[in-house]
Amino acid sequence: MSKKMSGASSLVKSLESAGVDVMFGIPGGAILPAYDPIFDSSIRHILVRHEQGAGHAATGYAQVTGRVGVCIATSGPGATNLVTPLADAAMDSVPMVAITGQVPSNAIGTDAFQEADIRGITMPFTKHNYLITDPDQIPRAIAEAFYIASSGRPGPVLVDIAKDALQKETDFVWPKELSLPGYRPQLEPVNQSILDAAALIAQSSKPVLYVGGGAIKANASKELLQLAELLGVPVVTTLMARGAFPDSHPLHYGMPGMHGTVGAVTALQKSDLLITLGARFDDRVTGKLSTFAVNAKVIHADIDPAEIGKNRFADVPVVGDLKRTIAALIPAVKAEFAKKAPDYSAWNASMNKLRATYPLGYDLPKDGSLSPQYVIERLSAITGPEAIYVAGVGQHQMWASQFVKYENPRTWLNSGGLGTMGYAVPAAMGAKVGAPDTPVWAIDGDGCFQMTNQELVTCALNNIPIKVAIINNESLGMVRQWQTLFYEGRYSNTSLESKRVPDFVKLADAMGCIGLTCDRPEDVDSIIKKANSINDQPVVVDFRVFKDAMVWPMVAAGTSNDDIMIAREMAPDWDSQEL
Amino acid sequence: MSKHTLAVLVENSPGVLARVAGLFSRRAYNIDSLAVGPTENPAISRMTIVINVESHSLEQVIRQLDKLVNVIHIAELKPSESVQAELILVKISATSKNRFDVDAVLETYDAVIVDESAETLTIEATGDAAKISDLLNALERFGIRELAQSGLVGIERGSRSLAERTLSVQSIPTAKSGQADYQN
Ligand SMILES: Cc1ncc(C[n+]2csc(CCOP(=O)(O)OP(=O)(O)O)c2C)c(N)n1
Ligand SMILES: [Mg+2]
Repeated sequence: MSKKMSGASSLVKSLESAGVDVMFGIPGGAILPAYDPIFDSSIRHILVRHEQGAGHAATGYAQVTGRVGVCIATSGPGATNLVTPLADAAMDSVPMVAITGQVPSNAIGTDAFQEADIRGITMPFTKHNYLITDPDQIPRAIAEAFYIASSGRPGPVLVDIAKDALQKETDFVWPKELSLPGYRPQLEPVNQSILDAAALIAQSSKPVLYVGGGAIKANASKELLQLAELLGVPVVTTLMARGAFPDSHPLHYGMPGMHGTVGAVTALQKSDLLITLGARFDDRVTGKLSTFAVNAKVIHADIDPAEIGKNRFADVPVVGDLKRTIAALIPAVKAEFAKKAPDYSAWNASMNKLRATYPLGYDLPKDGSLSPQYVIERLSAITGPEAIYVAGVGQHQMWASQFVKYENPRTWLNSGGLGTMGYAVPAAMGAKVGAPDTPVWAIDGDGCFQMTNQELVTCALNNIPIKVAIINNESLGMVRQWQTLFYEGRYSNTSLESKRVPDFVKLADAMGCIGLTCDRPEDVDSIIKKANSINDQPVVVDFRVFKDAMVWPMVAAGTSNDDIMIAREMAPDWDSQEL
Repeated sequence: MSKHTLAVLVENSPGVLARVAGLFSRRAYNIDSLAVGPTENPAISRMTIVINVESHSLEQVIRQLDKLVNVIHIAELKPSESVQAELILVKISATSKNRFDVDAVLETYDAVIVDESAETLTIEATGDAAKISDLLNALERFGIRELAQSGLVGIERGSRSLAERTLSVQSIPTAKSGQADYQN
């Protein structure tokens, strides 16, 4: 059955058919024909204040719901403003569909007003993209876009549609089937690879479960817990995997990597088998690659075959959906253990001791000022693990990954791969739209906040009551930390003076939010409770914290994980450890 | 450093060459040559890519290429199991004085004259990389004025064809709601 309608109506019907319930965007000339049927659609359109906000909001929505996030923008500058969130979504494997208007097909290539080759621009960091000039192709392109974005390793897909294709008449026919001869994600792991993995586990004496963001994408937390308890060995969760495994679990060693715990970093370093689940040996985890876990064999389970062997050789590659992979691994491991029970007790004992000796911690500022870590620790303790926490990029992000206690998947959102300042406020907005009954706290830096805070206007006007904790250290703190450590304290262009300007409370107020401020440790709890009690308006709390706090532990960029420092010029006392 | 020849079947869709070339460039893979043209199937184009693998494994290059949605199939063409050829058009200086010497070279390499002027000859030749390079060396002494060289193309020996091994494609039913979880 088909019906004559405009390409624009066909687009909106396609989005409805794809199951879209919300999208974030801003109209403009080239996409304007689509905004007319959007006016009548069941799809909620949230009018943002900057297209970057639309993109990160789509990501926030996708990360908490597991569904495809959708953003929409006009040609030229509207489309180029989506470049950062698309690159961000590609790095963090976020299912997203971006719709952009393009100049009319006969103007393409003429440097027409607001023309930008967004398909060309976004080729490197979209999973796939389209330029549609024929209205009949709209439903198929949209159907394919949603399928590609959400299947296999998720990622962003952009559909650029020429204005005349939106205006012309077409038949709307939602495809019953898709034919993508070059796209065949492998979901089911090969049985032999599962058996090989189980055998390797049974032979190992120092295995570690190295868990990445894929565990969350695959909704594999339940299976992961079973596997971890079956093995009874250390589990580490990367920055993208925080929440995939409960922080309260005795097998959890926390986060590995540049600012990981001594326990997690060392467990990987000393391991003889990395059971790698949906992780990708990112340089922020491995440190200097040639010195990373040199004695370990590697099982590498990932849905993306190209990740296997990219950075680190895999002794046993397992390509497939992680939920299925772990589910298949459990009985295979049981069968191995039935033949010969493993003994990981010496390994666990030494790692336990190390973990107990070097817990995460921080020093309170000597001048009695507010400690950023303390603020974040209290925020977590008071708000609890059912809430969603969304960070910007910088010191506050690392502290939020260290000092918030995560118990559930999809409760920790951050820009891990691209490290996009400005992610937090719009991503929190999208998260809140996806989970309206869950408290959503953005933990943002004073620098990051100044990049995208205008989306608080969107939140205020659209009943999206997020909460923002600005960790205001009046500086680009993470960069300042590097200047302290590696540039002799020469603080070139990292002072933001944001305890003076802007006045965050007034700014919040001007944007229709409640603005609160806190600069004394004794007020922290009551202000957090007050913020938590406000649910009909966005809240911004300006936590005015100590400026010189640093993130520890730290593995300096390009150095070996063996050289982890627990404080300035202070390495763990390896001699007293038996590893 | 080792050279490998890949035959890549791609959907004949706009932008596909840019996608492949862009992938090689952004992942810092070295391309020696890339030739693209139609196949027996109008919906499919074929690329022959010669790469110089140094710090990246061939496997990694293939897997990254395979991630491109428009790339349907990739096969490595081993020199011993394939026929490979490129084409050159070369304009050399030639007068009646050295014409005899030129003819001798052309004969050796199965090359033909496709155009001539008072002081030049334009020569066409095909062959594998070694033959072409030997021919060019032999022509050097006459003075090469201009050279146009195609990329290498290759095809497997024997009766099998790449296409028949890849194009049995099953279609994917669209979910009622496209946001339904395709994965689980
Ligand atoms: C868009 C962007 N520009 C620059 C950077 C480099 N950068 C990383 S962290 C950081 C400082 C962030 O400052 P702030 O938001 O105040 O966080 P803090 O480190 O102080 O907690 C900068 C500039 C970045 N990651 N993203
Ligand atoms: Mg700061």
